Amino acid sequence: MADRVIKKSEFIELIDRLLESYRVYAPVRQQDMTNFQEISAADQVDLSLANTTMSPKSIMLPQSETMFEFNVDKTSDQAAILRETEKDLSPRLIFGIRPCDAKAFQLLDLNFDTVAYKDPWWVARRKTTTLMGLACNAPCSTCFCTSVGSGPFAPEGLDLLLVDVDDYFLIQVITEKGEKLLNEEGIETEAAGAMKQAALASEKSSLQSIKSVVSAASLAQHDTKTLFDSDFWEEVQFACINCGVCTFVCPTCWCFDIQDEVHKDNGIRLRNWDSCMFPLFTLHGSGHNPRAQKLQRLRQRFMHKLKYFVDKYDKGVACVGCGRCVQQCPVNIDIREVFRLMND
Amino acid sequence: MVSLKEKMIHRALLLLSERKVDAVLGFQRGTIPMMSHPILIRHPEGADQLHWDSFCSTNLANYLPQRKERIAIFAKGCDSRNIVLQILENQIKREQLYIIGVPCQGMLDRRKVQAELNGRELLGVRETSQHLHLLGEGFMDSLERSSYLQENCAICTHRNAVIHDELLVEPVLEQEGVDRYEDVRAIEAMTASKRWSYFEELLAPCIRCYACRNACPMCFCPVCFVDESTPQWLGKSIDPTDTKTFHFLRAYHLAGRCTDCGNCERACPMSIKVRQLTKKLEKDILELYGYEAGLSLDQSPPLDTYSPDDPQEFIR
Ligand code: SF4
Ligand code: SF4
Ligand code: SF4
Ligand code: SF4
Repeated sequence: MADRVIKKSEFIELIDRLLESYRVYAPVRQQDMTNFQEISAADQVDLSLANTTMSPKSIMLPQSETMFEFNVDKTSDQAAILRETEKDLSPRLIFGIRPCDAKAFQLLDLNFDTVAYKDPWWVARRKTTTLMGLACNAPCSTCFCTSVGSGPFAPEGLDLLLVDVDDYFLIQVITEKGEKLLNEEGIETEAAGAMKQAALASEKSSLQSIKSVVSAASLAQHDTKTLFDSDFWEEVQFACINCGVCTFVCPTCWCFDIQDEVHKDNGIRLRNWDSCMFPLFTLHGSGHNPRAQKLQRLRQRFMHKLKYFVDKYDKGVACVGCGRCVQQCPVNIDIREVFRLMND
Repeated sequence: MVSLKEKMIHRALLLLSERKVDAVLGFQRGTIPMMSHPILIRHPEGADQLHWDSFCSTNLANYLPQRKERIAIFAKGCDSRNIVLQILENQIKREQLYIIGVPCQGMLDRRKVQAELNGRELLGVRETSQHLHLLGEGFMDSLERSSYLQENCAICTHRNAVIHDELLVEPVLEQEGVDRYEDVRAIEAMTASKRWSYFEELLAPCIRCYACRNACPMCFCPVCFVDESTPQWLGKSIDPTDTKTFHFLRAYHLAGRCTDCGNCERACPMSIKVRQLTKKLEKDILELYGYEAGLSLDQSPPLDTYSPDDPQEFIR
């Protein structure tokens, strides 16, 4: 599908127009960071930072969402019957999502959209959401996407990929969903050769600027038990304070917990993000906790991402190299270092 | 700060090779600019990993509770005050510790520095006594150190270790005439409804990751009330009522025990000023009991103890 082009000034009008038919999510300034939020006007978008502090995961898998409602009044004939909570599944557009974060959605599909199990809301949201990505002309020093199957211009998982070229965006059309959106909005001008050349040059220099490299090649071959029992965990875990920061900011951490909350006769069943770093995550009803130690919890996070996932799906690691955990861990536990320890 | 670092390495090497301690608790240089990484060094050969700069702000006392070995710890003023409290609250024994006081000039706030960058990528920093130089692709900026201190450090009045076995270098001058509670008074002066919305706004971005709690050297309950499940005291969603309950209760648990080391605020990924809560309690404790947390092994936190001449009628 041929690349299109749009002037930036017209692009702003396009977003405002799209707001009529889509709920649009984009990076918005929050104090000293940006995060994805639903916008009501194009001028709320802030693309000045390389990426958002929180990943866009919450748009597909909200940190907390009510799944069902119920009644506990035993005299009612509706007692204890779960009713699905109505959700707004109207068309949505995520603008400004980076290629790594789009790739993360694909990895989450492996868990939420399988032959055996389909998470209805995940599947529905994926279907009704169009991803209009933005290529990274200037990756951060902590980005290592190219080592883990993504890249600053990688199209995987996106419907459209915008490349910032001076006063224009070159738009790569990746899926039919993306093409349909452009056609409906009359964005049909094809990108000229010079524009394509400029985009290619950006891609090349962007790729060259990525200096952060990890190696994942041997992970599949290593023996699981040997990795599990390695001495290095003791050192890696020492500084960890077992907060949930790394898991909450991560676009590929998908774990959740289900809770009922009842007020008087009415109850709701919630799904909330959970974290393998929390002791409660594995606490049994008996009081036994198979991961009572910090070391065990930290090891779980890395073993899941870099070994169990690799072995189970044969689709690489469960990390897209966004670098958020590297930037946000309060005590500088750096997953790139753990890659080295586990892989080498 | 090279000299501090070299002195640390020298001391660690000696303490470990003479087997005066089993381990040395200090910092390693971070893998990204303006970051440091706490480490526990067990062998003399490891001593040269030690590092020191203005971003070694993590309160190392957080790593002490329930440790069994003899540990040498590099302690800033605030770390030392938390050590005092941990000794008083039976988390670690004085005899187990070899405290090396590190006179502190105040730690720098990486987020304040980041805000100056406007999205430009920082590749490294260089420090001189008064300045922080920022290095990146095609730029080198110089910042006045004193304007980028962590907020708690800017108003810190105990920069020298209050308890120590040795001092790494000469003590620094303590700041005097500091007004520690300007912001608290501003909140106190608000009407109740304004104050409520102030706290609602303050805590709205919270993602309940509990980094603030876990970063705190005084949060060492075997099971936090937030994690108790039978009964469960608190909802697990990001419902604003639950979030506020977590924050208010956490702050109350720290009344008279918080040293304002700022570890909570520093750890928060959402840059929430959680010290706004603990500082109010710090001020109340000071006004009610004349007590500042962690200054002396002879004084337990007022809410941990009972005194026959308590000024309050109800308790007698
Ligand atoms: S690795 Fe870092 S961010 Fe993750 S739980 Fe440990 S201290 Fe928190
Ligand atoms: S593990 Fe870290 S670098 Fe990898 S995807 Fe998650 S947050 Fe990004
Ligand atoms: S609180 Fe005081 S002692 Fe602690 S780091 Fe800041 S200035 Fe130093
Ligand atoms: S660290 Fe920040 S985001 Fe996390 S629980 Fe504390 S206040 Fe909330």
